[in-house]
Amino acid sequence: MKLFNGANIVLSEIPVLGVQLFREKIISQCQEGARLVNFFGHEEVDGGVRLFAFLGWDEDSEITVFSTRILADHPQYESLTKDLIQAHWFEREVAEQWAIIPEGHPWLKPLRYHANYRGKADIWPDVSSRPIPGSYSFYAVESPEVHEVGVGPVHAGIIEPGHFRFQCHGEEVMHLEIQLGYQHRGLELLMRGRDFKRSALLSEAIAGDTAVGHSIAHCEVVESLSGCVIPPKAQAIRAVALELERLSNHVGDLGAMSADVGFLPTSAYFGRMRGDYLNLLLALTGNRFGKGLCRPGGVLFDVDSQMAEEFCRKLKGYKKEFEDVSNLLFTKPSVLARFEGVGAISMENAKKIGLVGPAGRACRLERDVRIDYSSGFWQFSHIPISLAATGDVFGRALVRRQEVVRSLEFLLRILSSLPQGGIFVKPPALKPDSLALSLVEGWRGEIMHVGITDENGGFARYKIKDPSFHNWFGLSLAMRGQEISDFPLCNKSFNLSYCGHDL
Amino acid sequence: MVLLFSPFFLGVITRVKAFFGGRVGPSVFQPYFDLAKLFQKKCVYSHTTTWIFRAAPIVVFASVLAVSLMIPFGAFKAPVRFSGDIFLVAYLFGLARFFMIVAALDTGSSFEGMGASREAFFSCLSELTIFMNFVTLVLVAHQISLSGMIGAEIPLSWKLMGPTLLLVVSSFFIVILAENCRIPVDDPSTHLELTMIHEVMILDHSGVDLAYMLYGAAAKLFLFGGILVPILLPIHTGHGLMDTLIFVVGMLGIAIFIGLVESGMARLRLNRVTNLLLIAFALAFFGFIVRLWRG
Repeated sequence: MKLFNGANIVLSEIPVLGVQLFREKIISQCQEGARLVNFFGHEEVDGGVRLFAFLGWDEDSEITVFSTRILADHPQYESLTKDLIQAHWFEREVAEQWAIIPEGHPWLKPLRYHANYRGKADIWPDVSSRPIPGSYSFYAVESPEVHEVGVGPVHAGIIEPGHFRFQCHGEEVMHLEIQLGYQHRGLELLMRGRDFKRSALLSEAIAGDTAVGHSIAHCEVVESLSGCVIPPKAQAIRAVALELERLSNHVGDLGAMSADVGFLPTSAYFGRMRGDYLNLLLALTGNRFGKGLCRPGGVLFDVDSQMAEEFCRKLKGYKKEFEDVSNLLFTKPSVLARFEGVGAISMENAKKIGLVGPAGRACRLERDVRIDYSSGFWQFSHIPISLAATGDVFGRALVRRQEVVRSLEFLLRILSSLPQGGIFVKPPALKPDSLALSLVEGWRGEIMHVGITDENGGFARYKIKDPSFHNWFGLSLAMRGQEISDFPLCNKSFNLSYCGHDL
Repeated sequence: MVLLFSPFFLGVITRVKAFFGGRVGPSVFQPYFDLAKLFQKKCVYSHTTTWIFRAAPIVVFASVLAVSLMIPFGAFKAPVRFSGDIFLVAYLFGLARFFMIVAALDTGSSFEGMGASREAFFSCLSELTIFMNFVTLVLVAHQISLSGMIGAEIPLSWKLMGPTLLLVVSSFFIVILAENCRIPVDDPSTHLELTMIHEVMILDHSGVDLAYMLYGAAAKLFLFGGILVPILLPIHTGHGLMDTLIFVVGMLGIAIFIGLVESGMARLRLNRVTNLLLIAFALAFFGFIVRLWRG
């Protein structure tokens, strides 16, 4: 069954395949050029679990969806990860949420350390009551010359908790294992039900720095299921907010990367410029992170012509400023010496592990939801894709720089010709027993929300996927053979979300 | 003098860096406030540490103080001076470093172990350079005492041995950056345990101990500056106040210059630091050769 971004479908129309065929179809389609964009389970009435696979065909702008049933008395299937590395994290998530064993999974560990959703015996005994890390095995290299360095979950800086376990030979990192889950809040369970006011608020809290991206994805799911078409002006304002969010984060990241290599001028300038974009979001929505703007049915704050002109005037100034400061950063030999060749991932590996967002585009993977699966305002106003070929820290910095410039051009274009009309229509009730999906290119990459409704039109299952879910493994891979002292820089160049991963 | 001025020296560097970052920056007296605050605090000790960990801050501070007695300030001769005091100076610094490294290892933390191994490795190279420079200076001045080497005869030496001294000064400046963990070798303002060298070794020190460590580090930077200034500004008016003023101006100049270097470039990758130190050694070595050749 092929779907486009923002589509909805009656649940019973999604094909159900036999477990073996399901597995073979995923693997064969991924060999033909598709990629796994989502993979999750949903409990059925009889106690079994229906597994859904979403495969993205970037060039056709289509998403194939099919499913299989895992019976209650036989909670296992043959692991995909053996033949499809992209499925690694997804299968661990399914195993943890539904206590289903992917047989032959090479590294079956809990992701978030919570009890499963079905109230059955967990695959790992006491998974939710034992502290992380401690009781679960980490990949270890045994040799008297190899030493292990554990960082976190409490860090020296003000960042989110995560545990990083390095296997080092001298200064060289042989392997890095990342253990997250400290921020698990049970968001997918909280999103269930019919309280859409609450779910819109929750969606803004999935990842604090991607409030706009996740709330747009959530709104699109609700709008798709209710058949609500929002006014063009609301779509344009959402696009403005999403690009402002991207600008503030990309500029902030470039500043943080300068700070990590000890280059102070651009670190300070970019830090200040990030504030400029946040202030624009504040002017637009009343919140520096864009909370409270997007609600199912449209947006809550209008942009009048005076405000649009003011934004354009300011953005032109910011563009000039950004070009000057980024030239300073990208022409400094000592900075380039630190950026180039550090934390490189080959295009082939990036494809295998399914990198998305700027990290993927830095490896020349042409993946950008705004282009591949354009929805909302991006159907009318296009933005070019920004790619780099090196896949290293420099590539990730360069992609950010290009995206900032292109987002600014995009914003200047749409702000000078905003559509007229209303900004909100009240969405009708949701279709029962249906599934809707929404993809949004957040600043970190592909955000995907899938909502499945019950017979009353409330959410029976809500699946959230932050781009970090794909990319954390990329960070581990990027660190192989690197110096341990380059880890902070590598980490910053990915800048992944802990809470977006932990949900 | 050292105790009074060394935190100020640090404050100036921070202020210069802030200026180039487009910020106002903390007051130049901020390091004094930090030290005053730390001296009022209690120390926290890990159960895994031994007496070495507790002794280290005192040893570090005491050796730096002892060194300060042997370094001349501008036209003033050092309070303690004798033939061969350069060795004592070098090895007192060595003692301070040894205790810092051992204390870092004593904590058993993997970060501090990494910091200690980096420090030990880089100091091997920088120590070599320091001695190379000392040898050259000894040959120039025909005296094996710091006060003699960088004292009265320097103005004359600049005329005769200009190229040699120039090489010595540039090599010594790199050593200052490396020994005192400034950019491009180490980043004193980072909070990232995995990249730090000096800062990571003193992670477990707290309160008064940390104050001694920081004070010792500030004094060390000041002392290295104190060796460099008389070579750079060999002006002796014979007037006490004037000479002090010249010295202070020279020190300020060095602080501002270090600030400029730190603002103007990014930190090196850790595996390239050795190249920088080898450059410093090469400069010192050429200085030595030029001295021999000019005879």
